[in-house]
Formats: sequence, C-alpha cells, structure tokens
Amino acid sequence: MDAIKDFFLPPAKSTLAEQTDALFWFVHGSSLILTIGLIAVIVYFVYKYRRKSEDEVTPLITHNNALEVTWSVIPLVLVLIVFGWGYQVFMNQTVVPDDAYEVNVTAQKWIWQFQYENGAQSTGKLHVPADRPVKLIMSSKDVIHSFFVPDYRLKQDVVPGRYTEMWFNAPEPGESIIFCTEYCGDGHSDMLGEVIVHEEEEFENWLAENAGGGSKPEDLAPEEWGEQLAQEWACTTCHSTDGSQMTGPTWQGKFGSEQNFEDGSTVTVDENYLRESILEPNAKIVEGYPAVMNTYQGQLNDEQINAIIEYIKTLK
Amino acid sequence: MDTAESSSTSKKIQVQRYKPDDNPEKHYLNEETGLWSWLTTVDHKKIGIMFLGAITFFFFVGGIMALLVRTELWTPAKTFIEANTYNQLFTLHGAIMIFLFLVPSVPAALGNFILPLQLGAKDVAFPRLNLLSFYLYLTGAGIAIFSILNGGIDTGWTFYTPYSSTTGGAVTTMVFGVFVIGFSSILTGVNFITTIHKMRAPGLTWDKLPLFCWGLYATSIIQILATPVLAITLALVGMERILGIGIFDPAMGGDPVLFQHFFWFYSHPAVYIMIVPGFGVVSEIITTFSRKHIFGYWAIALSSLAIAFIGFLVWGHHMFVSGQASLASMVFSFLTFLVGIPTGIKMFNWTATLYKGSIDLKSPLLYIFGFFFLFLVGGLTGIVLGSIALDVHLHDTYYVVAHFHFVMVGGMVMAFLAGLHYWWPKITGRMYNETMAKIACGIIFVGFNVTFLPQFVMGSQGMPRRYFNYIEQFQPFHQVSTIGSFILGLGFLMVFYYLVKSLFGGQKATANPWGSRAMEWQINTRPPLHNFHHIPVIINGPYDYHKPMEEFQLGLAESPTDGHGQESDLEVTSDGKEINAE
Ligand code: HEM
Ligand SMILES: [Cu+2]
Repeated sequence: MDAIKDFFLPPAKSTLAEQTDALFWFVHGSSLILTIGLIAVIVYFVYKYRRKSEDEVTPLITHNNALEVTWSVIPLVLVLIVFGWGYQVFMNQTVVPDDAYEVNVTAQKWIWQFQYENGAQSTGKLHVPADRPVKLIMSSKDVIHSFFVPDYRLKQDVVPGRYTEMWFNAPEPGESIIFCTEYCGDGHSDMLGEVIVHEEEEFENWLAENAGGGSKPEDLAPEEWGEQLAQEWACTTCHSTDGSQMTGPTWQGKFGSEQNFEDGSTVTVDENYLRESILEPNAKIVEGYPAVMNTYQGQLNDEQINAIIEYIKTLK
Repeated sequence: MDTAESSSTSKKIQVQRYKPDDNPEKHYLNEETGLWSWLTTVDHKKIGIMFLGAITFFFFVGGIMALLVRTELWTPAKTFIEANTYNQLFTLHGAIMIFLFLVPSVPAALGNFILPLQLGAKDVAFPRLNLLSFYLYLTGAGIAIFSILNGGIDTGWTFYTPYSSTTGGAVTTMVFGVFVIGFSSILTGVNFITTIHKMRAPGLTWDKLPLFCWGLYATSIIQILATPVLAITLALVGMERILGIGIFDPAMGGDPVLFQHFFWFYSHPAVYIMIVPGFGVVSEIITTFSRKHIFGYWAIALSSLAIAFIGFLVWGHHMFVSGQASLASMVFSFLTFLVGIPTGIKMFNWTATLYKGSIDLKSPLLYIFGFFFLFLVGGLTGIVLGSIALDVHLHDTYYVVAHFHFVMVGGMVMAFLAGLHYWWPKITGRMYNETMAKIACGIIFVGFNVTFLPQFVMGSQGMPRRYFNYIEQFQPFHQVSTIGSFILGLGFLMVFYYLVKSLFGGQKATANPWGSRAMEWQINTRPPLHNFHHIPVIINGPYDYHKPMEEFQLGLAESPTDGHGQESDLEVTSDGKEINAE
C-alpha cells in the first residue's frame, strides 16, 4: 500500500496534505472500478454478440427510460460527493488561521524572494517555523508566476499588481521543493526554491541572525560573499561563470574586456559599467542578447553589489 | 418493393427505388478536372477533401514538433536544443494542433463531405461561403507560418498576459493568424446550422436526423457563439502590444486575470468543439458495425446540446488557483461536474447499443473502442481536476497534460481516424488494407498509453508542465514517455502509408461496403457531382436496421426544370405510413 502511495504521490508534509490525498484515492479508486466495469461489459458484448452470419437481424431496442435515469442519477450522486468533498478541503486550504505567521513573497523572473517581519530577507529559500500556520502574502514584479509545493499539495498563482495568499502548516522540520508552475519564459523551469522548516527555536535564531537583511557575514571575504549572492539571487541562471553560452553573456573574462552593444557603441567593462548593468540592465544591451534582465534597484544594497563585482573580477 | 405508392389529399406521388451504383463511370472527381476546378470549386465534397489535405499536413508538422519536444526531455538538462527553442516548439505544437488540426478536423473535413449527403442535399446552404471558409483557413495558416519564420512565439498556446503582452517575437502576427482562422470556423458553423435547418430531404424530420448531424449542429452553435470572444480577446492583446492600451498588463493599468476569463470563455467551449463532432462519429460507427438501432437516440442527441450549453458556464475551472474568489471557484466546480453527466450518459448509451447487436470488429469500430477506453480515462481524470482541492495540487502539472491528451488525442483523434476509415471508401472509392489498419490501430493505442500514462504519475508527483529542465527524479517517466511518443508517431505514419497506398490500386469499394442504413451509403461510390440524381425521400430513421435496405433508397424523380429545389409541403405515404416533410 505504501509503495503505491509513494509511487503516485510525493510525501505528505503539511497538515492538510492527507485530506487532499484521501480525496485523490477516493476519486481514482471509484474511477478505476467504473473503467474496469465498463470495459468488461464492452469486451463481453463484443465477444458474445460477434457477427456470426452476414444476414443476421438484430432486435429493435430503442431506449429504456428506467436505465437512462439510473445511469444519470448514480453518477450524479457520485460527482456531487466529489464536488462537496473537494470544496470542503479547498475551504480548509483557503481559510487562514488567525495566528498564522506571515511572510511576504515576491516573485520575478526567475527568482523567489521572501521578506520577514524583522527585515530579514532570503532568496530562493523560504525559512519557516515547524508546527505553526504560515501565511504567504505574494505578489509578482513582472509576469504571472505560480508558487507550488508538491509536498504540501498547494499551489497559488502570484500575480503582478495584486496580492494573493496561501497558507500551510508543516508539522515536521525538513525541506520541500518549490516549483514555479505558471509559464514565465526561458528560465521558467529553473525558477525553483526550497521551503526549509526549522524547529521553532532554530527558526528564531535564523531570523535574529538575518535581521535587517543584506550585510556581509563576518567570516567571508567580499568575493566569496559575492559568489554566494550570485547563486542566491539566481544571477547564475542566466550568466555562466565558465564561459558557456546561456541566456545572458558569461561572466568569465568579462572584467576589463571590450563590450559591443546593440546600438553599435562599445565600452571597456569596469566597476561602473557592472553597477549600471545590475541597476539599469536595459541601459546598454549587449549585442546578440535579449533585453530580458530585470533591475535589482532596491533589492541589492551597495555592499552586496560591491561584493558581486568583486566576485566577477575574480572570474578570469 | 421497387416502387411505393404515395399519396396526399391533393396529389399522388410515385416514390421509387434508386439503387446506388458501385462504380459509376462519372463521379465528382472526374466530372470536372484540373487544378482550377479544385481551387474554385463550390462542391462541399471537394472542399472537404482540401480541408482533409491541409489538416493532415498540419497534423504532421505539429507531430514533428511534439517529437522534438519529447526528445529534448530525454535528459533533465539540455539535450539538444536551447530553452527558448523548446518553448517555441511546445507553443507551436499546441497552437497548430488545436487551431489548425483539431478544430477543423471532423467538422470542416469529414463534416463537409458527409453532412449534405446525410441530409439528402446537393450541397451546403452557402457553397461559396464554404469555399471562403477554406481560404480564410489557408490565409490564417499562412499568417501563422509567417509569424514562426518572423521571430516565432513562446507564450504557450494560451497566450497568457502579461507575459504575452511583453515578450518578444511575433506574438501580434500569430494572434492575427488565429483571429483569421477563427472566422473560418464561424463560417463553417453558420453554414452547417443553416444547412441542417433548411436542406433536409423530404421526410427527414428532426427525430430521424443522424446523430452525426446532431453532433455537428451542437458544435456549430458553440463555434458561432464562442469564437467571436476569442477573436475579440486576441484583438485586445494585439492592441495592447501595438498601441500600448492597458487592458491586461498591470504595468499599464490592466488586469491580467481578465485575459484568462476571456480566453477560457472561448477555450473551454472550444474543447467541446474538439470533441462533440467526435461523439457524432461514434454513434454512426457503433450502429453500422453492430447493425443495430442506436440505444437512447434522444438521450444522445440532447446530451450534445446540453454539453454545448453547460460548456459555456464552466470556464473558471481553469482558474482555481488564479486568485479568483472562492465562491466563483465553487460555482465553476459544481457546473463542471454537471457537464460530466451528459458525457457519461453517452458512454452508457453506446455500450447499451452493442447489446444483442451483430458486431463486426472492422477497423473503424476498433478505433472507436480505442476512443472508448482513452476517452473514458480522459473524462474521469477531468472529474479529478474538476474537484477544487485536487486541482490545486494538479493544475499546470503533467497530470493536466496527460488529461487533455487523453481527451483530445485519445478521444478526438481516435474518433477522427475512425471516421476517416469509415468514410474512406465513400470518399475515395477505394478500400484500404484492413489488416494493416488493425495493426496500426493497435500500435497507436499502445504508443499512446506508453506516452501519456506515465505523465499522470509524474504530474501527481509534482512535475510542472512547460519545463525545459526538470529534477532528476522524473527522468525515468520522461524517458518512457518519449519512447511511447515515437511508437505513436510510427502508428500515425503507418495509417498515412496504407491510406495513401489504397488510392493507387486499392481494391474498389462498393456503394455500401458496411451494409449501413445511413443516407450517405445509399448513393454511388464515388458520389456524383451533385450527390443525388433524384430527390431522396426518407421514411425510416437512419438506424432502423430492422427494415430492409430497399426502404432506405427511395426517392422522387427530379423535375428537369428545377435542379436544386426540394419539394416543400410534401406529404408522402409509404406502406400505409404517413410521413411529413417540411
Ligand atoms: C505524437 C503525439 C503527441 C505528443 C508526443 C505530444 C506531446 C506533447 C508535449 C511533450 C507537450 C508539452 C508539455 C508541456 O511541457 O507543457 C504537449 C503539449 C500539448 N499538446 Fe501534445 N502531443 C502529441 C499530440 C497532440 C495532439 C494530436 C494534440 C491535439 C490535437 C495535442 C495537443 C497539445 C496541447 C494543446 C498542448 C499544450 C500546449 C501548451 O500548453 O502550450 N498534442 N504535447
Ligand atoms: Cu475546460
């Protein structure tokens, strides 16, 4: 039984996941019975009533109202059960408990960012306390994205220009993957993230450490921190660091090189150019590349930008 | 009974039997010849054949794209193409299969050929409009191809805003192409409705209308009512892109979710445009090959209309996670389940038709049984998705991809192939190789299941759709699916091969090779240019297999002056039975 469950469904890691699963099995179970039943009847008829001679005559049977009613009403009752049940679980998924812990989520091509009450920020990794309802208040900076955590059986579109909400309660510490499930362009399938569920205490520590957000951890050199940031902020989804071809120009050997632009102008890559490219990506478009990068204005602070520039300088 | 005495109070009419010829010298293909006669023809049969040629071409183009998509998914990272190319491929695959293949498949290709024959008419009501519909289709297809060469498009066939209002490429051109094709579809709808109302032969009352015609009738209603909404929506997207009017893009003050409402207001009914004609094909074939009266004629006829009607009220089930109000989701979910009921009723009635039949498992029927199983799976997984809580988990995963392929390919493409095999002798005058047909049907069935069953599993596991890269856990499923897709492709190629081969030296078909009672089989194979040399008179229903064949071949001599008109207000009796012609 468990083997079948694991084959079809991911682990159930939220308090409501089991409810969804019960319905999942109910509908699939009854469908399977119906399918087997109907196919068996057809196979039986095809065999039993196979044509035995060319001038066979068939009886005239035009309709049967009792049968019509039966096979309308029984399925109707079944689907009404599925409807009511589905709606009930959905309401449980929708109505947020009052004491939920709130985290803000911002989606943009192609990263997930999370902002916490005390100014802490994280990118790609959503940190939450275990065994406590968490409410996500989500919105997008560009196109529609969708926040999907299979382990929680939850999904919610993240729309520009408005807020959408979703909530869950993960009883056990652990990790679960986040997918973007609304098509959003070239990096859509790389727009992954992770929910990290901590024990309450561990979570408080994490939160305290990151209060105010965005300053360099003591034990890292600027370029090491820059490398970390480039990962976290998903720069490396589009920019390779080893010269390979991706959506954006590679960073390898970039610093100090000659850059050609779509409008025919050129520039030698220095700190100012890199800074401008991070804050105003569309000011100069590199020849042969699409203008798809978003601004990081208001997201990366100066200290972080400096660290990333330091990192790029190391990529000879 | 070669002639039947018929009388009304005022005049007596001779109804006589017109026995169809098996292989007449003159038929619709050789009475007029030459390229020009095809390009300017108003003959519904030739237009149907031209549609058939065009959609076959696009089916293979769309199919090649599907195979490229599947090949790319062989490995979790890049296999052989870039992410952007991949995105363009699945977009075009979807757009071509839907707008250029599936929507016109049964109605415009098979329907065009068969509908007037089943009605006993010489053509559709507006033959020139019919030709215009074909040229609009070609124009739209041309514009779509131009947009592919001119920048391509990567929005998905759903064109969701604000992605589609902001992405590069030739979105505006493509959207314009789809807009034009939409009009082709509307014209076909108008034409069919008028034809069914006005061109029925004497005696062909509504309760004797073949179920294929009922299916096309319901489809035409949807086409006329829903397609304009798509046209308007796409026009708005175009205006937003060209003129910068903020309608859907929040950056300009628009509402992106509004687009989804508009889009699905068309596209949900459109999925019924893509399946209801198939239902019609199923009814025809089941009765012919079990030589039996259809079970529950009215249940089947009216459930098509019910589907057409309720189908307009369920679009919101594509938007359960879009942020629409929970109340709206509840109503849409409820109505979605209601639309499942008429569909179920059809399945049960078809099964009951087999009871005590005389079942001959020829290839068209075999394809129908393929349809049965696949469409059943597709429909039941639709019930799963209609349940809000489950859809929250499964939306935009491969589960949905599998679901709609089961209904569209497993349902409609199987029904289309069944219809194509069934009417092939009438259309071409040739028989295909029956053994090959059965083998191909088996290959398609197996290939299809190998391709799409694993997608249900990975979808339930959480694999999102439209993913170029994926996490390693899903690789085995993707690989099985890719292998399946090549088996499936092989099956389709095989069908193409033996059908084309039958044109050159296939055995000659007789007028009625399946022993059907339906009207299209009571004329010559191949049919004459104007279908009937007489005015057919209908006294029995198309599924009255308890009546002798002669009674289905009655007609009136045509008055030489008036070639096209049908006698109106005609009362005919045959064997003492009264029949009324409108
Ligand atoms: C050889 C047969 C086929 C194969 C292997 C195949 C495979 C695929 C694949 C891999 C996708 C992309 C999944 C994703 O990432 O979203 C797809 C999407 C789709 N297919 Fe097929 N397909 C086949 C035939 C058909 C047919 C015959 C139709 C319609 C009549 C069809 C309609 C669609 C539609 C509507 C989509 C969605 C496109 C979109 O969401 O943009 N497919 N198919
Ligand atoms: Cu729908």
